[in-house]
Amino acid sequence: MTQLEEQTMMNLSNLSRLSRGDGRQRPWIDEVRRGAIERFEKVGFPSVKEEAWRFTNVSPIAQSTFALGEGALTESARQVSEQYGFGIEAAAELVFINGIYQPELSRAGKLGSGVRIGSLEAAIEEDVPEVRQHLTRHARIDGNPFVALNSGFLRDGAFVRIGRGVRVSGPIHLIFVSDAASQSTVSHPRVLIVAGEGSDSQIVESYVGTPGGRYFTNAVTEIVAARDSRIDHCRLQQESLEAFHVATMQVVQDEASNVISQAATLGGKLTRNDLNVILNGEYAESTLNGLVVIGGDQHVDNHTLLHHEKANCPSHELYKYVLDDRATGVFRGKIFVQQDAQKTNAKQNSKSLLLSDDARINAMPALEIYADDVKCTHGSTTGPVDEDMVFYLRTRGVGLDAARHLLTYAFAADITRRIKVVPVRRRLEDFMAAQHGLPQDLRITDLGSHDEAAR
Amino acid sequence: MALLEIQNLHARVAAAGGREILKGVNLSIGRGEVHAIMGKNGSGKSTLCQVLAGRETYEVTQGTVTYNGRDLLEESAEERARDGIFLAFQYPVEIPGVSTSYFLKAAVNAIRKHRGEQELDAMQFLKLVKEKQALLGIEQSFMNRAVNEGFSGGEKKRNEVFQMAVVNPMLGLLDETDSGLDIDALKVVANGVNKLHQQDKDRAILLVTHYQRLLNYVVPDFVHVMIDGRIVKSGGKDLALKLEDQGYEWLEAEASQPA
Ligand SMILES: Nc1ncnc2c1ncn2[C@@H]1O[C@H](COP(=O)(O)OP(=O)(O)OP(=O)(O)O)[C@@H](O)[C@H]1O
Ligand SMILES: [Mg+2]
Repeated sequence: MTQLEEQTMMNLSNLSRLSRGDGRQRPWIDEVRRGAIERFEKVGFPSVKEEAWRFTNVSPIAQSTFALGEGALTESARQVSEQYGFGIEAAAELVFINGIYQPELSRAGKLGSGVRIGSLEAAIEEDVPEVRQHLTRHARIDGNPFVALNSGFLRDGAFVRIGRGVRVSGPIHLIFVSDAASQSTVSHPRVLIVAGEGSDSQIVESYVGTPGGRYFTNAVTEIVAARDSRIDHCRLQQESLEAFHVATMQVVQDEASNVISQAATLGGKLTRNDLNVILNGEYAESTLNGLVVIGGDQHVDNHTLLHHEKANCPSHELYKYVLDDRATGVFRGKIFVQQDAQKTNAKQNSKSLLLSDDARINAMPALEIYADDVKCTHGSTTGPVDEDMVFYLRTRGVGLDAARHLLTYAFAADITRRIKVVPVRRRLEDFMAAQHGLPQDLRITDLGSHDEAAR
Repeated sequence: MALLEIQNLHARVAAAGGREILKGVNLSIGRGEVHAIMGKNGSGKSTLCQVLAGRETYEVTQGTVTYNGRDLLEESAEERARDGIFLAFQYPVEIPGVSTSYFLKAAVNAIRKHRGEQELDAMQFLKLVKEKQALLGIEQSFMNRAVNEGFSGGEKKRNEVFQMAVVNPMLGLLDETDSGLDIDALKVVANGVNKLHQQDKDRAILLVTHYQRLLNYVVPDFVHVMIDGRIVKSGGKDLALKLEDQGYEWLEAEASQPA
């Protein structure tokens, strides 16, 4: 048994105490936890012998000792949450420490009728119908051991419900701070987003931690998009460079819903993201954009799985990687087109920019199509900075390094400029500019789309 | 002393086993002069321009290039640009994600900084751009688009001359800037080049072209013919007329005679 597995067992006793002791938690959630832990006990951590984990070795996680992070409000966690906050630009901003809601640091605001934004634990206790209906029903414990682990330790996190027809102006920002200032911690943040019929919202999840902290964030997000709803979702991962980050995001879309997922991974020593989307109603539209900017010995593995279940659904996917030093990237993007999903229009693309000879990318696009009247394309390109472009810039007086930096920035800007959530776009542009010594006033926007694959 | 002095320039493709393309070019361009180089496809005209601009894909194996009294071959591409050499590309490069406006501002200010001049602020830059846009009939919206991206062939060429007008070089190398331009655009571009030339009596221009037509508008002081990596014939503007009339065969026969 690995150390974390032992730890898991040990914590189980705490867990049952926690849920039984105060009597507020619901029995059904106890059942879910127990089932999930049993599942995890049975399968354990995945090994590189499994195809889905071939390029990502999680044994450093399994072999580390982590204490289950507590939700105590520490000064270090407060500082981190302030550093990454959007302030007044956010319609609401919720802070979680080691996955536990912090009312003192949060501002939920009043965003309209039928809108509820707050602690998941509280929503479970109140037995909110959407929670009972959706929590753990979409992200399946048999699909991924880390989902089982998260569900086994499910306690708190964020519950976001956007009422029918409500249009929230401004982003709802969920900040997950891992506090590992005093010891190595593990946390299992959980998010449930239920977007009502015809609603329209922007939701941002930020994953951050105490600088230099050695911790493990194991997050799961479930998103349920009712018909005609629209969700603009951003995921900003800026964990400590010593951190492990594993996350699953499960999206279910009903008829004519429109979900845009933008996932930026900048931090973490080892990251694995699984993004699974089910287009479960006609004319539902899905956009999956990703940006990875890493260096050093960072490793990022993005798995996306897009299920076209119904007819007439367009999907657009574009993942871009900027890899420096000895960084390694993995992109596996799979598109399933079921028999009923006629007139599917699916585009997938991944592009990688290698800034060093030692950086590596494994890109594996895959299509599995069972319908006959569909339009599906996929492509993947990898290479260093284009020397023709560098030369062109140099003949205009721009220095060699500046030219390379500018082109790297522009490569990433292809993703960032599509992001409509202003503070997120700015955060990413500033990050890129700072990394490449470019002026902060450099903004590349409104250039028209040079890659129609993702909108 | 000439502005640019090329002596016995040999260059080959830098990759292993790359062949020699320039095989002993001699050319002297004085301040304020307009030179034209003509010659068949593949004779090495663009390679000469690229080598002069500092392209590292080519390795200079022999010869010297002196610009403004300095050894040009010692300088990087960006240093040459900052010292006043401008190459208008035969095939301008598209740079997705970089707006023309940002690109040009970076270029202008890199050059100004090098010359010890104050960098232009947003207002001054805009004023400069507007003036040059008017000169070359460039639409305002160009500035917000990515560099050359989705531009038509003619637009790209016009954009090259526009850039030249903005950065204000001492020596303009125009590699087939006329190809791909319609008749009206050719006049506009030629007019732009002439204006630039007149603005500074020291400014020199090297035009690479296949057609006499451009030379009706931008009248050269000298015309050179390049064959197989060498300049084999030089003359006045009448040489271009003769080439238009008779082609290159008579010269090839001459060139193949042992010297
Ligand atoms: N990087 C390179 N690698 C290999 N061959 C090259 C390279 N650059 C140029 N050449 C070759 O060198 C020769 C000269 O090319 P160059 O482009 O200079 O000709 P040019 O005179 O400009 O022709 P055109 O009139 O068609 O523009 C051609 O045969 C070309 O294929
Ligand atoms: Mg040429």
